Parts: sequence; structure tokens; C-alpha cells
Amino acid sequence: MDFTYTDTQDMIRDTLSRFLADTYDFETRQKFIASDDGRDPAIWTALAQELGMLGASFSEDHGGLGGGALENAIIMEELGKVLGIEPYLPTVVIAGGALKAVGGAQADKYIPEIIAGNMIVAFAYAEPQGRYDLANLKTSAKKDAAGYVLNGHKSVVYAAPWASHLLVTARTGGGQRDREGVSLFLIDANLPGIVRRDYPTVDGSRASEIYFENVAIPAEALLGGEGAGLPLIEQIVDEATVAVCAEATGVMQKLHEGTLEYTQQRKQFGIPIAKFQVLQHRMVDMFMEVEQARSMTIMGTLKLGLSADERKAAVSAAKNKVARGAKFVGQNAIQTHGGIGITQELAIGHYFKRATMIEGQFGSADYHIDRFEQLTLAA
Amino acid sequence: MDMEFSPEDLAFQQEVRTFIAENYPADLRGKQDEGDELSKEDFLSWHRILYKKGWVAPAWPVEYGGTGWTPTQRFIFSEETARADCIRLMPFGLAMVGPVIYTFGTPEQKARFLPRILSGEDWWCQGYSEPGAGSDLASLRTVAVPDGSDYIVNGQKTWTTMAQHADWGFFLVRTDKDAKQQEGISFLLIDMKSPGITVRPIITLGGEHEVNEVFLEDVRVPQAQRVYEENKGWTCAKFLLAHERTGIAGVAASKRGVEKVKEIARTEVDGDKPLLQNAFFKRKIAELEIDLTALEFTELRSLAGPNAGKGPGPESSLLKIKGSEIQQRLTELTLEAVGHYGAPYFRGFGDGDNEHPIGPDYAHRAAPTYFNVRKTTIYGGSNEIQRNIIAKMVLGL
Ligand SMILES: Cc1cc2nc3c(=O)[nH]c(=O)nc-3n(C[C@H](O)[C@H](O)[C@H](O)COP(=O)(O)OP(=O)(O)OC[C@H]3O[C@@H](n4cnc5c(N)ncnc54)[C@H](O)[C@@H]3O)c2cc1C
Ligand SMILES: Cc1cc2nc3c(=O)[nH]c(=O)nc-3n(C[C@H](O)[C@H](O)[C@H](O)COP(=O)(O)OP(=O)(O)OC[C@H]3O[C@@H](n4cnc5c(N)ncnc54)[C@H](O)[C@@H]3O)c2cc1C
Repeated sequence: MDFTYTDTQDMIRDTLSRFLADTYDFETRQKFIASDDGRDPAIWTALAQELGMLGASFSEDHGGLGGGALENAIIMEELGKVLGIEPYLPTVVIAGGALKAVGGAQADKYIPEIIAGNMIVAFAYAEPQGRYDLANLKTSAKKDAAGYVLNGHKSVVYAAPWASHLLVTARTGGGQRDREGVSLFLIDANLPGIVRRDYPTVDGSRASEIYFENVAIPAEALLGGEGAGLPLIEQIVDEATVAVCAEATGVMQKLHEGTLEYTQQRKQFGIPIAKFQVLQHRMVDMFMEVEQARSMTIMGTLKLGLSADERKAAVSAAKNKVARGAKFVGQNAIQTHGGIGITQELAIGHYFKRATMIEGQFGSADYHIDRFEQLTLAA
Repeated sequence: MDMEFSPEDLAFQQEVRTFIAENYPADLRGKQDEGDELSKEDFLSWHRILYKKGWVAPAWPVEYGGTGWTPTQRFIFSEETARADCIRLMPFGLAMVGPVIYTFGTPEQKARFLPRILSGEDWWCQGYSEPGAGSDLASLRTVAVPDGSDYIVNGQKTWTTMAQHADWGFFLVRTDKDAKQQEGISFLLIDMKSPGITVRPIITLGGEHEVNEVFLEDVRVPQAQRVYEENKGWTCAKFLLAHERTGIAGVAASKRGVEKVKEIARTEVDGDKPLLQNAFFKRKIAELEIDLTALEFTELRSLAGPNAGKGPGPESSLLKIKGSEIQQRLTELTLEAVGHYGAPYFRGFGDGDNEHPIGPDYAHRAAPTYFNVRKTTIYGGSNEIQRNIIAKMVLGL
């Protein structure tokens, strides 16, 4: 057993964290999330071209560094530490993950483009009525002579305003909640008939409501088998879920460190408030949550390659634990800061916001404990 | 022992209900429900209606404009106004400085200030906290130095709620630097339009402008605006803090909150069922409702128990702790209930603000409200401080 990182993995972490320290301090981040565009495109280009970061989790055949989920976790954790809004998750982890899984000509075509930073992909999977159920789809893709015709409404699609491509889940058959009949498509984001309503999100990113109105998509856009896409979608969402757990670990670590630092400086009753035992114990509990989030993220990441059921149970265990930990650490970081914690000025509140959104991303604590129970406690 | 309302109480309840139904302004209906940021005028229009009816200050003694209601009637009144989602009146004049003035003020102060608090002509703010004096309020450093019949005040206050609207503020200032911490503090009423006062907004996590920094530079304040004796302001401060805490339990508003969450969970779909039928979610709502009932009956006991009428004691800390925690859990459940639609943001990006809600109407304030309501365990004396109070004053530790 070995939980140490390889030299390459250490190198990825160090390179990225140095780069982010130079380019992504809190004030700079606040400036570009408030800009019209909501981001600084130069960062993405630099991640791809200067650092080669976007290739870390792809095979050498495609021009990558030969890594996988662990590399994604390392990168997501570093992004978490700076509240990075870069669309690494949808582009590399999710779209990249889907392309790796299907392989062939599609992978050969798109993965080098992702690595080069030429492509940003948003994952359009959620629907207003769907909650966290990946199969609950009203969006339809009807086959015609040229390919498919796409109709439907996708909600809260993170990074969509920046995307060159969309990864879309849609029904090619079956009823609204059937496991069969679900397909996955990678399409150009600017096809005629795609209508977007863009908006900022509470955690500093950008997202859209996307409406597909008779969008004609080519047959080659289909990733994997027609109507049999759900297992693939579940797999990439599980990969995304542990990646978000990794991000959460970074966010939680900063919430905890920020709290330790603040309570040692802040004096009330003539002493640093860190001297009050009730706060000390709370910060110890926060520390334990951070460490366990890190452990569960590693556990979940390492189990991604197992059978579907083992993978799902592991990912759900990780997400449930991390979601509860993120809530505990986030709420207590704010509480321990007192009034200053609830202002826009300090970074701590923004870490809290991201931690809060992560709690629900790809399924809440309740959703995942339910899935865990179904898989592990079946009668 | 008896938990039924008397026939008189029931008649009173009906009277209040009818009054609200007939007099609550139509354009304010639902505003608080939606979680919209309320304007000064929103607060004042309901305030004036209650004032005209003589119901604006139920807790005050009759001689100063109170209603003479029993504690039960006051409870019914607050229950009914919350049930109808009436805008909550600003506490700074009615619940805080008003009682200080009628308890400790001079006849001139009473005559000058109390009627204007009741009518809503003066909007008050509370200048207690400072950057270095939060939980440790007694370490405040704003100073008032006598100069003829005035004081010259210098210092900085912070977290001053709604100071942007205020006509007057009640301030704790240091009048004797050499005295022990809690001594040497005085309680001053300051005209917020006095030269030397600057109010600067602090924007909170949901994007709201609710609190402010207040800078005082050589502000001239007549000594006649000091309440109670010089250097004995702590007496007023403590009296006021206990008053501040009682309203904080918020039982009636939380009851309404529970109904709102249930309604959302009935509308949201989870799989092929309403979210309200999800076993986990249902359990959390049920637990919340039970905890709220425990809080309610604890409050009722304190209203009707042997200490009733003696004013709020350290037990009020219990109501503050549990009430604020329940308010936070309600916002947690709401955010959870709205799923993905908790993410869109509506304020705080200037020109980029979203004009129209994304997703269902009840979703658009879920996250900002969740962030905002983290304040309830911090303000009015943090919950840690309240626990310290119970440990010391109730348990004798
Ligand atoms: C089943 C069992 C087996 C044991 N076996 C052994 C054994 O084989 N050999 C042996 O030598 N001992 C043994 N012990 C003793 C054990 O180590 C002591 O019980 C333990 O150290 C606590 O001491 P105490 O019981 O005197 O409690 P106390 O020290 O009196 O503590 C009482 C409470 O006060 C709390 N407390 C104390 N100090 C602080 C502080 N500074 N801050 C916050 N809270 C504080 C404690 O956490 C505890 O909750 C055993 C005890 C048990 C229950
Ligand atoms: C929304 C909002 C509105 C407010 N409105 C007003 C207003 O109108 N007027 C006004 O004067 N003030 C107002 N306040 C200030 C409020 O009363 C203070 O924020 C509060 O007293 C806490 O002080 P602090 O923020 O400086 O936190 P600190 O005192 O710095 O506390 C930081 C943390 O340390 C903990 N802590 C401190 N001391 C102890 C201890 N001895 N034991 C254990 N834990 C401890 C606290 O509980 C908290 O978790 C408002 C605050 C907020 C958030």
C-alpha cells in the first residue's frame, strides 16, 4: 500500500500551485469574475500551453502526460484552494472522461484539442424536473436522415457562456425516467436553434439555461451507443463527483487555515479568541473533517476503476462525507469569524459560498446516502 | 395548568386577524415571503398603520403609548402578524432605545423622543459594536470628551444595521478612560445628521446592504442627549441587550418558514414523487417542527411562568440560541429543496444582475438568504457568548 504521490504528480501540484499563487490571488479573481466575460481567458490558455496542465489526465498517445483520475484530483484540489472558476471539470474531467471512455476517432479528434486549450465544454445534463436523477430527461434527440434533431431545456449549465462545445444528455427513446433510451452527444455550442440565457452563479462562476429548438446535430455527435448511454454518463458523473470532492478538500483546507489564522490574530477580552477552548475544539473538529474529506476523496478516486456498483458505492460514500464536512467546516468558519465572516470583502465568505454549492453538486448528502444504502444494505 | 386560549384571547385573536386582513397594504403582501430586500418606505408604511391603530408598541407601558395587553395577547399579536407575513418592524427604536429612554431617560428626553419613535418619524440605529469591540463590547474605544455643555465624540462603530436610513443613533462611548472597563461608558443619543458623521456601507454575502461602518469625527453632541448618569451607560446597555434578545426567538416567523419549506417540497419533484415524500427530507422537516415546538413551549412557559412580567432574564439566551439555529436550519432546507436552482445569482454584480428569476420563483433567494441568515448566530451577542451567559448566570459555573 502506498499513498504517496509520484514525482510527476508532485510536479503537477507544485507547478500549478506556483502558477496560481502568481496569477490567481483573491483580488485578481474578484476582478475577473466581476468583468463582463466573468473570467480571464488568458488563464485557460496558460494552463494549456505554458503548463501543459490540461493534458495531465490524458494518455501520451493523445499528447497528454499519461495520468488519470488522480491527476484530475490534484488539479481540482489546487483550483479549490484559489476558488478557481476555470472550466476544468466540465472540459477535462467530464468531456475528456467521456472521450477517453468511448475512444476511437472521436477521442483522436477532440482530446488533442482539449489539451491544446482550444475547446471548452459545458456539461448540459440537468433539467428543471430532474433533480439529481441522470435518467430523468425530457430533452429528446430524434433521429432523422442527417443525424438527430435536438429539443429540450437544460438548467444551470455551468461554464456554458464560455463553451465552444456542449456535452448533452438526451432521450433517443424510452419514457421520461427509463434507464434505456438515454444518449450522450458532443456538439458545437453555436449551432442554430441553441438559445442561451446566461447568468452569474452565487459561487462566482457563470452558467446558463439552455433551450434547444429543433437543433440539427450530425450523427457523429453521438458518444457511445445510441440509447445505451446511461452507464457511460453515470461513470463520468462519478468521476466528476470525486473531482468535486477533491475541489472541496482544497476549499475546506482554506476555510480551516483561514479560521486558524484569524482566531489567532483576533483579540477579544484581551486574548486571541483562539484561546477559548470551545473554539479550539471546533477548529479541531473542522480539521478532522478536512482530513477525512481528503481521505474519502482519495478512496473514491482509487475506486473509480472497480465494477459499477463498487464504484458507485465508493463515490456516494465520499460525496456524502464530503458534503457533510463541507457544511460543517463552512458554517463554522463563518461563525468563528463573527461579523466579518458574512461580508463580501473577505475571502472566507467566498470559500463558504463555493463549499455550499459543492454540497449539492452532483447530488446532495441525502441523495448519496440513499444511493449508498441501496447498493450496500439491500435486503 | 392550561394551554387553551381564554374566550377573551380568542376574541382578541379574531380582532387582530381581521385588522390585518383589512389594513395590511396590498403592495407589501408577499414581499417578505419572496425574500426581497425591503425599502425604508416598506418598513414605515406598515409601522404607520399600526401606529394609527395604537398597536405599534405592545410591550411599552401604557403611559408611554403601550397597549396594556397581557403577555398572552402580545404573543397572539406577534403570532398573527408573522402568520400573515407582515413586515417585521425595525427593533432599534421600538424594542431597544425606546425602553431605555422610558426607563432611564429624563422627562425632556421622554417627551422629545418617545412620540417620534412611536410615529415612525425617527429611524434609529444601534452604535454599540466597534472593529475591536464585538463580543467584548466593554472594550469599546469611541470617546466622548466634555466641552462646555456638549461632548466631542471621536471613534468608529461597525455593523450598524440600517444606519443608512437612520435619523438618530444610540451610541456607547467612553467618557472615562481610566475607569475599569465597564465603568466609564456613557449612553448617548446622537443625531445622525450631525457634522462629522460618515456612514459607509458593508455589503454582506447575499449581496445586501444591511450593515454599515459609522465614522465619528469631532461630532458635537449636547450632554442633554446622554441617557442616565455619566459613566453609567453600561446599565442601559445591559438592560437593552436583554430586550434585544427576546424578540430574537422568532417562533411565529419560523412556523411560517416551515410551511413555506413544506410547500416548496410539495412542488419540487424527486424521482416520480414530490420531494416532501423523500424519507430523508421529510424526517428533517419533522425534526425541525418538533424542535420548533420545543422552542415555542419554552417561550410560552417563560411568558406565563412564575417569572412572567419581571422582564427578560438570562433564560432569554436559550430562546436566542435555539431560535437562531432553527432559522438557519430552515434556510438550509430551503436551499437543499431547490436543488440546482440554488446556484443562479441575482445581485451583487452591478450591471450584470439578473432581472428575472431563473427557475421557480421560490428558488431565487434561497442561497442569498442562506448566506445572510448565518448572521443570526452572530449578532445580538453570538451564540457562544449566549452559552457563556447560561453557564455563568443560570448554571452558576
Ligand atoms: C473502561 C476504562 C478502562 C480504563 N483502563 C485504564 C487502564 O488500563 N489503565 C489506566 O491507567 N487507566 C485506565 N483508565 C482510566 C482512563 O485513562 C481515565 O478514565 C481517563 O484518563 C479520564 O480520567 P478520569 O476518569 O479521571 O476523568 P477526569 O480526568 O476527571 O475527566 C472528567 C471529564 O472532564 C474532562 N476534562 C478533563 N480535563 C479537561 C480539560 N483540560 N479540558 C476539557 N475537558 C477536560 C474529561 O474529558 C472528562 O470528560 C480506564 C478508564 C476506563 C473508563
Ligand atoms: C448582520 C449583523 C448586524 C449587526 N447589527 C448591529 C447593530 O445594529 N449594532 C451593533 O452595535 N452591532 C451590530 N452587530 C454586531 C454584533 O453584535 C457582533 O457581530 C457580535 O457581537 C459579534 O462580534 P464580532 O463580530 O466582533 O465577533 P467576535 O467578537 O470577534 O467573535 C468571533 C468569534 O469568536 C467567538 N467568541 C468571542 N468571544 C468568545 C468567548 N469568550 N468564548 C467563546 N467564543 C467567543 C464568537 O462567538 C465568534 O464566533 C451586527 C452584526 C451582524 C452580523
